[in-house]
Amino acid sequence: MYEFVTGPLAWFAFAVFFIGILYRIVWYFRGLDWQADRVAYTEHAAYGLRGAIRSIVYWIVPFGSHSWRFYKGTTVLVFAFHIGLLFTPIFLRAHNVLLFEKWGVHLWSMPEGLADVLTVVVMVAALFLLLRRIAYPQIRILTNLYDYLLLVIAVAPFVTGFLAHHQVGNYNFWLIAHILCGELWLVAVPLTKLSHFILFFLSRAQIGMDFGIKRGGMKNKGMVW
Amino acid sequence: MPEGILCNKKPVTTKEMLDALLADKSGKQYYEEMKQLDVDQKALWAAIQKSLKSRTKTWLEICAHCGMCADSCFFYLANNKDPKQVPSYKIQSTLGELVRRKGKVDNEFMIKVMDTAWGKCTCCNRCGLYCPFGIDMGVMFSYLRGLCYSQGFVPWEMKIGAGMHRIYRAQMDITTEDWVETCEWMAEEYEEDWPGLEIPVDKEDADIIYTVNAREPKHYPEDLAEAAILFHLAGENWTVPSEGWEETSLAMFAGDWEACKIQVQSVYDAIDRLKPKKMVVTECGHAYRATVIEGPYWAGLKTGRTPVESFHYVEWVAEMLRTGRIKIDPAKKIKEPVTYQDSCNYIRNAGLKEAAREIMSYIAEDFREMKPCKEHNFCCGGGGGMNGVGRYRTQRNIGLQVKRDQILATGAKLVISPCHNCWDAIRDLEEVYKIGIRWSFLKPLLIEMAIVPDHLKPPEDE
Repeated sequence: MYEFVTGPLAWFAFAVFFIGILYRIVWYFRGLDWQADRVAYTEHAAYGLRGAIRSIVYWIVPFGSHSWRFYKGTTVLVFAFHIGLLFTPIFLRAHNVLLFEKWGVHLWSMPEGLADVLTVVVMVAALFLLLRRIAYPQIRILTNLYDYLLLVIAVAPFVTGFLAHHQVGNYNFWLIAHILCGELWLVAVPLTKLSHFILFFLSRAQIGMDFGIKRGGMKNKGMVW
Repeated sequence: MPEGILCNKKPVTTKEMLDALLADKSGKQYYEEMKQLDVDQKALWAAIQKSLKSRTKTWLEICAHCGMCADSCFFYLANNKDPKQVPSYKIQSTLGELVRRKGKVDNEFMIKVMDTAWGKCTCCNRCGLYCPFGIDMGVMFSYLRGLCYSQGFVPWEMKIGAGMHRIYRAQMDITTEDWVETCEWMAEEYEEDWPGLEIPVDKEDADIIYTVNAREPKHYPEDLAEAAILFHLAGENWTVPSEGWEETSLAMFAGDWEACKIQVQSVYDAIDRLKPKKMVVTECGHAYRATVIEGPYWAGLKTGRTPVESFHYVEWVAEMLRTGRIKIDPAKKIKEPVTYQDSCNYIRNAGLKEAAREIMSYIAEDFREMKPCKEHNFCCGGGGGMNGVGRYRTQRNIGLQVKRDQILATGAKLVISPCHNCWDAIRDLEEVYKIGIRWSFLKPLLIEMAIVPDHLKPPEDE
């Protein structure tokens, strides 16, 4: 079982992840239409690029935009959640050991204590994001089952990994569960709304180009996000 | 009844059709007929498939349902934070649903869509500034209006407005003759006070081609005279075209993209015909948005720009004050607290906030910003055609409360509003809520404050 989930299934998951993301990028750019979107993307590429970069930078920095500053609590949750979600798996010692065993390469590994902290942060932030959905009527009205499912998919590798690492119960069970959840995570990224993994950047770049080229960017210093 | 006599899928293209609609007071029969109007599901889905591209598809798909757009919407705030007013909910339950059902929707659904697209959104685009993914629900509602229009589900006044553009190349029934006569009349009327004042029609190779909002010749002709006086004071070489003088676009509010193109093309044709160096647009927000910002795309101009460079009136005024071509008498500057209504269309969506601030620095001693302001300002409450639609008057008046409270918080009793829609909304909010404010375009204030050089003064009485 272990051989299968870390062998062919892992290859499959990574293939779907990378090819899927690549497909999303190509599909998004091919679908941009200067006349339908009413943005002269290629005519004013420099203004477009400036707008796109501004649009991403102000939003990728915590409290960088008016909106992030307006919803302070949400901002803390969202950034804590995403930082943990992205950095922990990449710089986890156990993952790097695995990488080294397979391919003889490894990345920098974060101290185990930090990994534990980040994992707990992800789980706690997810819990509050969940409570937020239930508690606020303006979010509850938007929420459907799919949103809960995605939250589960996003957090499952952390919960199972945490349990496996701390050897709560059956280690092998949690390890296999962890690997499967991780693979589900990888597959879900390009195939579900989790595609905002890449589409966040593309969508932000697009609206940045819109404001940078058409809606004022050529007459001022750029949109104040 | 699949297609009504008045309410149907056909655009208004003849005077007879227009008159029939106008004769139906408040659209009573029109809305009755709408209840029976069939949805052409096949055509609707075909239109969606053709026009729904990756940008909008992505917007609909990745919306994280996070609710961060909620407080950006003045309708949400004005309606006691009603969850049904959250922008994401409004678009997902209309356009989102339409796409999910592949156009298989019924009459009742389309009427709900119409009442949301025109009655709960002014396309102010503020939500687009608050969404982490940059999802601009105003853009999507504008797109949705186009789908509604193609199916005949459009408010009565919008149907009429779009028809006006198709027939008169203006949002109102003003013929070329009416327009030219108004120009002549205004020049004559004010010539005594301003010797040498003229409103040159169809002058070729002028520095400026000036274009207006049809309301000005129709209801406020003195606005045209004031524009002439200010050009006269500044010594501008300017002209107005006999045809292609209308900047506004009720067709844009209606989602009648074909009429949008017809309308802006008439202006661009005037530019090609008269070869001015630049265009200056009157104090109107959506007119500038339609003809300068969006228009080039409707007309298929790949540069995304008008045939000659175009300036909103505030840009022209800022330049005149900066260069001293119009000088303000320091004694006549506005002494009382005064605030400025940032129009969504030329501030948030065209980036002209600095020009407005520059003007205020020359004319006001106690300028007070609204909070929020500039590109983050709230819609006046009457944008996107909202002011003009009787069916949504109650919703409009509720929405005005946000602007009312913003103005009250500044402590100013005078609101400068160089935008027709904002001007109307603020006038109406005073009528409804009686908070004791006054409101004004820039032109009359500037004429009051400007220093008139001796050679432009009327000869002294003997």
